Amino acid sequence: MVRPTRVTNSLRALREQAGLTQAELARRVGVTRQTLIAIEQGRYSPTLELAFQLCRVFGVRIEDAFQYPEER
Amino acid sequence: MGYGERNTWTSLVTSAVGVVVYAVIIGRQLGSRPVAEIEWLSPMLWTIGAAIVVSIVAGILWGIVAGVRDPEERHVEDVRDRDIARLGDRVGQAFLVLGAVGALVLCATDAERFWIAHVLYLGLALSAIVGGVARVVVYRGGMP
Repeated sequence: MVRPTRVTNSLRALREQAGLTQAELARRVGVTRQTLIAIEQGRYSPTLELAFQLCRVFGVRIEDAFQYPEER
Repeated sequence: MGYGERNTWTSLVTSAVGVVVYAVIIGRQLGSRPVAEIEWLSPMLWTIGAAIVVSIVAGILWGIVAGVRDPEERHVEDVRDRDIARLGDRVGQAFLVLGAVGALVLCATDAERFWIAHVLYLGLALSAIVGGVARVVVYRGGMP
């Protein structure tokens, strides 16, 4: 079974807050809608470059959009 | 379904069908005559060539249909498609290596040319099919 990424994100909330559809946001950062859906659902960790592009659209810092659990 | 996933499905299905067609053509002759007399080169090249052509044509046609049905979508490869393709290639490469090693062993033991060619073909076929399945699984389930 494929292990899902441990990176979580608040992209869906940020996108809805900004009033953007998945297709609009995907177009703005140059990916397909399927890729954006996979990121929002935590099935794909975006590259650092794509993560920065997404944060730039919303005007937030990377930690505000992406979270990684603390090591215990 | 996105551009990359569509292409993965078309190449996976056409590869699998090509391998099955070839296996049926050769399998029919295997029991009835010595392997040295089996005409394998021409069917092998034809089924590989046909699978490539059908895969390209099916990919284009499916792309046209997808473009008409969803004109808003970007029908191009993106960063996730490239990541998944790399992962599929890595999985498939293991079978290419196994096929090459198998062919070397058969050459070293003076095996019939038929078997050497078919161990190589099996490596290529498994590389395409298992690599394709790995890509589909990742498209559906998520990146490891």
